[in-house]
Amino acid sequence: MKLSDVRSALCATLITEGDDLDREVSSACGSDMMSDVLAYVKDQAVLLTGLVNPQVIRTAEMIDMVCVIFVRGKAPTAEMIELARECGIVLMRTDLRMYEACGVLYSAGLRPNK
Amino acid sequence: MSEPYRMNFTVDGENFTSAGDASGRVKKALRQLGFSPEIIRRVSIAMYEGEINMVIHAGGGRAEVSVFDDYIEIVLEDDGPGIADIELAMQEGFSTAPEQVRAIGFGAGMGLPNMKRYTDEMTIDTEVMKGTRITMRVKTV
Ligand SMILES: Nc1ncnc2c1ncn2[C@@H]1O[C@H](COP(=O)(O)OP(=O)(O)O)[C@@H](O)[C@H]1O
Ligand SMILES: [Mg+2]
Repeated sequence: MKLSDVRSALCATLITEGDDLDREVSSACGSDMMSDVLAYVKDQAVLLTGLVNPQVIRTAEMIDMVCVIFVRGKAPTAEMIELARECGIVLMRTDLRMYEACGVLYSAGLRPNK
Repeated sequence: MSEPYRMNFTVDGENFTSAGDASGRVKKALRQLGFSPEIIRRVSIAMYEGEINMVIHAGGGRAEVSVFDDYIEIVLEDDGPGIADIELAMQEGFSTAPEQVRAIGFGAGMGLPNMKRYTDEMTIDTEVMKGTRITMRVKTV
């Protein structure tokens, strides 16, 4: 699905305004533990997280993720937004909680990459 | 054999925010050198975990990345407390990280295992109260 579909499925707000949402993504993962994310990398394009810290963006950068979505309405800092822009990572936020956000995207066809 | 291409970094131990900066730079440099995304990813994840470890466990340190003809070598060196029991430290889930480290998404005891997982060779030289030197190699051919 396209990032624009991800956004509408989650009623998410695009934080990095102006970013291209036509990019196709096919897999995602959800975690607040960055080392866990780094342990099982399999080309997941989207990271859902409740953690708000620059290391979230760094982690996404290291594994070539396309988009980070903050759940529970959390907002990244200006510093994180700048880092994401430098790395070409799209940032969104949704009011949904982790469990629901993952469920919505899973039902919409975004799968973990096995 | 030609001289390796080298990059050197100082990793600031006071700053949780800049942790990962060196790994990010290495990633960009390797991309410019034309390595495959898979190789770049393995090197940058291993180095990133090591960089984080130097920040959270050792008060910072130094990193050197060398690009040889057939492998990339990452050397991470610090003057921190050292690792008393390497075998224990290598176990998934073992961590001495304080609670505030978990707040940045690390401290799950997966760092050293991840470094081992993503590299072809990893050696740890460490002495308690003196420091730690971790050498990792990723084959490129
Ligand atoms: N550079 C280092 N200096 C001192 N101790 C370290 C260093 N790197 C790792 N350790 C020790 O090894 C343990 C396991 O490391 P790691 O697997 O990265 O897990 P974590 O960083 O989540 O604790 C750490 O909790 C720490 O006790
Ligand atoms: Mg660690």
